[in-house]
Amino acid sequence: MHGRPRKAYKPEEEAASAAKAAKLRGLQSQFMANHHNKIYTKEAVDLSTKLLEINPEAYTAWNYRKLAVEDKLSGIESDPDLVKTILDEELRVVESALKQNFKSYGAWHHRKWVLSKGNSSVGNELRLLDNFQKLDTRNFHAWNYRRFVVELTKRSEQDELEYTDDMIGSDFSNYSAWHNRSVLLSSLLARKADGFLPNKKIPDEYKLVQNAIFTDEDDQSGWFYHLWLLDQTVNVETPLLTSSWPSHSSRISLYAGCSKGSFSKLTTFGSESGSFPLVLYFDQAVGGVSSSTVTIDSELKGNEDLVWEPVSKKNSQVSCVWVARLKYISSEPCFGKEYKVKVRVGNSPGIVSSRGCNFSASYEFVFTAHVHDTVEESSQDGIVSWKDGFDIWDAESKDLNALATLDRSNAQMDSKWRQEAIAEEIDLFRELPDSKIGKLTLARLLMAKAMISDDAVKGVHYNEILELYKDLMALDSSHYQYYKDEHSVALLRKVTSSTEDLSGHLFRCRNMNNSVCLRLNNLSLSRIASVEKLLFVQMLDLSHNELHSTEGLEAMQLLSCLNLSHNRIRSFSSLDSLRHLKQLRVLDVSHNHIGEHSVDTTRYLCSSPLSNSEWPQDEVGSQMPSLVTKYWDAYFVLRDLNLKQLDITGNVIAGDEFSSFVLQVAPKLVWLDGKKLEI
Amino acid sequence: MGGFAGNTGHDPHVLYTLSAVQILALFDKLDILDVGKVSSYVAGLQNEDGSFSGDMWGEVDTRFSYIAICCLSILKCLDKISVEKAVDYIVSCKNLDGGFGCTPGAESHAGQIFCCVGALAITGSLHHVDKDLLGWWLCERQVKSGGLNGRPEKLPDVCYSWWVLSSLIMIDRVHWIDKAKLVKFILDCQDLENGGISDRPDDAVDIFHTYFGVAGLSLLEYPGVKAIDPAYALPVDVINRILLTK
Repeated sequence: MHGRPRKAYKPEEEAASAAKAAKLRGLQSQFMANHHNKIYTKEAVDLSTKLLEINPEAYTAWNYRKLAVEDKLSGIESDPDLVKTILDEELRVVESALKQNFKSYGAWHHRKWVLSKGNSSVGNELRLLDNFQKLDTRNFHAWNYRRFVVELTKRSEQDELEYTDDMIGSDFSNYSAWHNRSVLLSSLLARKADGFLPNKKIPDEYKLVQNAIFTDEDDQSGWFYHLWLLDQTVNVETPLLTSSWPSHSSRISLYAGCSKGSFSKLTTFGSESGSFPLVLYFDQAVGGVSSSTVTIDSELKGNEDLVWEPVSKKNSQVSCVWVARLKYISSEPCFGKEYKVKVRVGNSPGIVSSRGCNFSASYEFVFTAHVHDTVEESSQDGIVSWKDGFDIWDAESKDLNALATLDRSNAQMDSKWRQEAIAEEIDLFRELPDSKIGKLTLARLLMAKAMISDDAVKGVHYNEILELYKDLMALDSSHYQYYKDEHSVALLRKVTSSTEDLSGHLFRCRNMNNSVCLRLNNLSLSRIASVEKLLFVQMLDLSHNELHSTEGLEAMQLLSCLNLSHNRIRSFSSLDSLRHLKQLRVLDVSHNHIGEHSVDTTRYLCSSPLSNSEWPQDEVGSQMPSLVTKYWDAYFVLRDLNLKQLDITGNVIAGDEFSSFVLQVAPKLVWLDGKKLEI
Repeated sequence: MGGFAGNTGHDPHVLYTLSAVQILALFDKLDILDVGKVSSYVAGLQNEDGSFSGDMWGEVDTRFSYIAICCLSILKCLDKISVEKAVDYIVSCKNLDGGFGCTPGAESHAGQIFCCVGALAITGSLHHVDKDLLGWWLCERQVKSGGLNGRPEKLPDVCYSWWVLSSLIMIDRVHWIDKAKLVKFILDCQDLENGGISDRPDDAVDIFHTYFGVAGLSLLEYPGVKAIDPAYALPVDVINRILLTK
């Protein structure tokens, strides 16, 4: 099946093959008769041995042998010598079968089954393993069996670590050994075993893996181990709060009425529901955010026992982003009243990362909410145009405060050993100028360094990173799109790294009464990133880019107007993350590729019955079942959005049938493709 | 008993039970099954820790987790197992390189990755996958010839055009490989005289690699090939018919 050369069968070969098949069929039918009649005589069992030695994949024969053993053992448990003889025979048959095919699942499992009956010694098993691992150092059956024996005999992790040292020492190109090492080492580090502290161990491991990377620049054996070391160096286990909206010391103005309004300041917000989203963005996925672990101290009435929701897939209890809605409109008149709001995150224990680490000591931030009583006058249903002109936004300094985020990354990296390790690795990798792995690792190292650097130096780092990815796109064109995505991530980090850089992308939208719009169009972006710095955004122009998914946008809880025209969106399923944006009213996906492709790469990343995470269907759905099946993803996405304006022209899917489907699914729509709809 | 065997007279096992269900689903003949019996056979193989045995003899492997979940989903009987525990067990097999092995601590392998990612996809649990980390590991399976291997420093093989490719598609990272080069590699594995596809160019063909070559071409949108579902390995219209209609 694998690795056999293609050649026409000669007549003699055909005949020999047919004879072998006939013999096997004969053996098999005799064996089946014995099995079905539960015959376990020596003769019958020997027949099964013959069969398995020719074909170790005859799984029923391994089952039969287990039944035969159990039959023989019952009644002779008191005779240990006899038991040993029987079990030894089984081990012999397994070894013989493995010689035929050392990748036979049935053979290996039979051996484990026999061993669980208490025969054989560690010495024997390790000897057997040594032979197999010499023949093929990557045989994962052997490595799995080794882990089984280690578990059974309680061999120490330190001893096994030494074994990987030997394997790697004799041949660095052994991914299986590096993998095993990573499992053992992470366990030893996690339980802080003697002599296994990260500040000493990790730098030692860097030295060990250097050989594997520098000896043969194309050999991947050490790449993933090195990436793991980098992750251990850069990322701290304990979860931290990266950013929030509103941010610390900010002052927000709240209005009643439609949020698609005329807010000339960065920090104004309006909503028909009379509540605003309070957003927490953590550096890793956490669970346990609730009104007992996050307390709000404020005079804004009606906000006891807030409900906190993770912004994530339906089945998930964890997320980087959590949101709760604070009410600000109450029955009492509140002309221009100011409320101070104190938020304490981690007030009591309970916030835990998905890896089981508790949130660090409680963190508090304060902002001021200025509630205005006036209801928004401008037409709530006016069309939003992205073409009518944008003016540069002259930021007032107090507005820029809204852009400031916590920059928690500094806190993370205060350990000296981490900074030193990164600096050393950077120096080392600068010595591999023309290799793919050299450039890629250097880019990753510089990214880690940029995150902890001062503003002054950050820009330099990001520019170098962008150049490295451009080099990689040319050097390793098979993975062009991987480097393109990384380039986009670096570009967005650069854009959001300082308030100056960011304010260069903020404009006033004339058509929208000078609302502030973040314009990131025409940047060749293939990927969204740095959203934790963009939680304040209400109007976003991402047109004329290369995006194929809105993954990441779910954190922008204030977003009300989004332009995705002229991108590479292929399906509505790729817009699944927008279902979390309760404020979204205006969406432009015109001139994309929706309906053009037979393969949907976000089919399982969209909550639907296909991923058993969404149940059909409401009344609308049951009235047009065939269209709901045909346009299933558009159905679920549009149903959950509360759009007033949608643009879908310029997509293969667009047309009369789809438009009328949309009108059924999104009855609140006022504008479709620039035309006002009759109510 | 409810389970299916590889051939008449052989013992039942989940591997063949899934194949039977997939074939019947393909021909829209699931109604000939005693769904209760089959689903109980499969569900009965779930262990305390959420893992699945292949049969009564207790071999545990994430392949069987995929098989059970895939099979029960097609039969619409997922509620017969503890999906939460099944997912927890699969997550416990996640490695530091982002991939998955057959049991906790086992090396990442494209075949196992397909099984784990597929099972997580079917149960709406892909948020447990670090898509960028795994995506990079998977896209680096593409070697200079354009073919894909199953793990680092191994030879390319057409069957990985399925295991690796479908995994990349399920986590939306397929754009990280060179699709045109892979198409060429698969086509180069054809036996243009006698038909069929082999594991590598100029090797002997077999039905296994022929299937995976064609399925891979489908995922690469090769003209004239029907769309295949990356999680169930069945045509999209078959899965849509089963899961999207009540």
